[in-house]
Amino acid sequence: MSAHADVLIIGAGPAGLNAALAAAPSGARIVLLDDNPWPGGQIWRAGPQASVPAQAQRLREHVGALNNVQHHPQTRVIAATGPRQLLVEDAERGWLIDYDTLILCTGARELLLPFPGWTLPGVTGAGGLQALVKGGLPVRDQRVVIAGSGPLLLASAATARHNGAQVVGVAEQATRGAVAGFAAQLPRWPNKLLQAFGLFDRHYRTDSHVVEALGTERLEGVRLRQHGKLVELACERLACGFGLIPNSQLGQALGCTLHGQALAVDAWQATSEPGLFAAGECTGFGGSELALVEGTIAGLAAVGDRQGAARHWPQRARWQGFAKALNHAFALAPQLKQLARPDTLVCRCEDVPYSKLAGQRDWREAKLSSRCGMGACQGRVCGAAAQHLFGWQPSAPRPPFSPARIETLLCLDDTPPA
Amino acid sequence: MTQGLAADVIVVGAGIIGAACAQALARRGLDVLVLDAGLPGATAAGMGHLLVLDDNPAELALSQYSLQRWRDIARNLPEGCAYRSNGTLWLAANAEEMAVAEHKHANLRAHGVICQLVGAPRLCEREPLLREGLEGGLLIEDDGILYAPATARWMLDQPRIRQRQARVAEVDGARVRLDDGQWLAATAVVLANGIQATELCPELPIQPKKGHLLITDRYPGQVTHTLVELGYVTSAHNASGPSAACNIQPRPTGQLFIGASRQFGTTDPQVEGWMLARMLKRATEYVPALAQLNAIRAWTGFRAASPDGLPLVGQHPQRPGLWLAVGHEGLGVTTAPATADLLVAQLFDEHPPLAAQAYLPQRFLGEPTHA
Ligand SMILES: Cc1cc2nc3c(=O)[nH]c(=O)nc-3n(C[C@H](O)[C@H](O)[C@H](O)COP(=O)(O)OP(=O)(O)OC[C@H]3O[C@@H](n4cnc5c(N)ncnc54)[C@H](O)[C@@H]3O)c2cc1C
Ligand SMILES: Cc1cc2nc3c(=O)[nH]c(=O)nc-3n(C[C@H](O)[C@H](O)[C@H](O)COP(=O)(O)OP(=O)(O)OC[C@H]3O[C@@H](n4cnc5c(N)ncnc54)[C@H](O)[C@@H]3O)c2cc1C
Repeated sequence: MSAHADVLIIGAGPAGLNAALAAAPSGARIVLLDDNPWPGGQIWRAGPQASVPAQAQRLREHVGALNNVQHHPQTRVIAATGPRQLLVEDAERGWLIDYDTLILCTGARELLLPFPGWTLPGVTGAGGLQALVKGGLPVRDQRVVIAGSGPLLLASAATARHNGAQVVGVAEQATRGAVAGFAAQLPRWPNKLLQAFGLFDRHYRTDSHVVEALGTERLEGVRLRQHGKLVELACERLACGFGLIPNSQLGQALGCTLHGQALAVDAWQATSEPGLFAAGECTGFGGSELALVEGTIAGLAAVGDRQGAARHWPQRARWQGFAKALNHAFALAPQLKQLARPDTLVCRCEDVPYSKLAGQRDWREAKLSSRCGMGACQGRVCGAAAQHLFGWQPSAPRPPFSPARIETLLCLDDTPPA
Repeated sequence: MTQGLAADVIVVGAGIIGAACAQALARRGLDVLVLDAGLPGATAAGMGHLLVLDDNPAELALSQYSLQRWRDIARNLPEGCAYRSNGTLWLAANAEEMAVAEHKHANLRAHGVICQLVGAPRLCEREPLLREGLEGGLLIEDDGILYAPATARWMLDQPRIRQRQARVAEVDGARVRLDDGQWLAATAVVLANGIQATELCPELPIQPKKGHLLITDRYPGQVTHTLVELGYVTSAHNASGPSAACNIQPRPTGQLFIGASRQFGTTDPQVEGWMLARMLKRATEYVPALAQLNAIRAWTGFRAASPDGLPLVGQHPQRPGLWLAVGHEGLGVTTAPATADLLVAQLFDEHPPLAAQAYLPQRFLGEPTHA
């Protein structure tokens, strides 16, 4: 089976939903795919224990009501099968989609850095814990420590607390000065201010980072360095994330130029590849408001409404200012590269310790000698960690872009190109 | 080591062939310098299936001797090299292929290779995932598998071997020029740089033969032997056009390695969807349950193919001091130990452990022009 989309959107987070909404009035046939069961992306992750904010609810209903937008949940992109054609897979089948214009709204994922004990049961990412809790994981009366960097720590703490957990510590690696400087700028972005106050936590500590997760069979506590001093907290859960990194792999595989780790875009949210746009956090970390307005601009530009798109530039510029302040304030301290001990696993799929990677020439050599990144997650976690720790640039992914049933790959046309 | 020389022997290429040669030379007491440019080589890409092949007597002699050597080497191999002696099960889909199996069986037995014919009813007992209706098979018990990149690294981990990352830009007898202009000299240079050998010796009759591979997630215990179709011998091996054959190898991790495709006339390393589809179609024809497994990665590699499919091992007839260990096609992991032993015997002017004639570079390059 093969389908056609005038505009194909990958990712149904804030950017993807707004792109669909903005492109829809043109009458274009729009297909929106996402690998999650419900639209909303990372921030509006729906689930048994999640209440989605009214704005998100409205946006979802709005997009859901559009006749010319077809939404495929739990669907992943597996391969680029030709110019303007992708092979995709859902729980039941694989199929090919042809498109005229593609908008990548693939968001970001958490940066997880290895530290002793990070693979113990009970340790997750900060956003990871949030997603698990929204998905139904019980945390009532459990002691939770949240560590790492960025506003996501507070969001994760709020979700945990809302579901009955006892948050006994929030350790932010950034300095007090950096965080205070950022907070002082918040009034420039009014709704953000509200969000920040709503999230603030009396256990919040700056200049603090995780040193070790303690426990034998599972997590029993955590050792933190707070303002230079070691402290230990007993807890059942540790949620640790060091900010977000753009999901730029699909764009990279399609030939898009990168800017740092993010997809490079111009004022129209157009990438270096003709007919290929990108919006939201795959173009750099900036929060949901920036993702929303970038989605709008991309959606309008994709259907040729440049005038309409340009009207949103000032709004985007404003949220870019916020993003800049955010990225500056929460830049990672160099000592976080030294958390791992020689025997600390970096790649948990293939059980590769730090000592097997240190001293390797590049990512390719490290992979070949240690099997790092060759397991089921295909380096999504350890590749990003290794990039941060050693500065290795991972290569563009090859098909299958994510694990795929062999049956799906059999949908590929087996005649050689003429 | 002689004064002014960079080493007794310089080996160009740190793939499985260069590594095996360097190890054998170092064990004979020579100081060896291994230069490698860090290019994506066949050793990193290949399947590491250790198998006896008998398309012709020279291939059989080389692979059979090598398998014996691998069994000895395996005793010292670290676990990371993932050596297993899991056997190869050659699959016959019809009576014609079964006749090939019977012929192969007789030939191998006559040469002392342990193998047995498996009739249709026993086939599914041995490998329950095989589709029904196959004609039968041939089980070669002593064949094995290996993780070649780790093995090459293990071979190079020797006190007498020094390694250096450098690209050789020119070879001149027993001297090499690096791409930064520096000349290094030795008493002999061994060229073991796989598919890139023609960049340094354009006269070598070696062509790249592209192959696709795919690996699945972990499904332990589903497949035991390496499963190879006999159509591989009858069609794929001899065809000049693109071809794919069923080749399914269980890894010690529980993952399944699926190959194999062959294409001439391309040096583009991209994974090509159409070839992947062909290869997987072939594999699922033999093991239909594969369709429901998750593939996690696909990649390609290039085999260095000589016109007769055999490697070139020995001194270059027109370039004294330069020794060749190239052209191992799709069997270089298997034949690395034999290559190293042949090379060392010739360098030391000793009686080789198997007749060297069929692998001498002379067969393509002509007789020596030097005294
Ligand atoms: C784990 C996590 C938790 C977060 N929690 C919060 C929070 O509580 N509060 C907050 O303000 N910000 C949070 N953020 C930041 C927030 O994600 C962004 O500010 C905003 O949601 C970005 O929107 P987006 O549309 O660019 O991307 P996302 O919301 O990330 O949406 C991208 C979507 O694309 C899908 N996708 C990606 N690649 C593919 C593919 N190849 N095929 C199919 N689908 C694909 C993803 O699964 C996802 O659903 C979180 C981020 C992360 C990573
Ligand atoms: C898809 C595929 C499947 C295969 N399956 C099997 C199998 O199942 N069983 C089997 O036995 N064999 C198999 N093979 C074949 C086997 O992998 C090769 O024959 C073997 O790895 C060749 O090793 P090599 O050392 O000659 O070359 P390579 O591994 O290619 O190494 C050559 C080295 O030379 C270096 N180099 C190149 N040029 C220069 C230069 N100018 N200066 C310095 N260094 C240089 C490169 O960096 C490289 O590291 C397969 C091959 C492929 C492609």
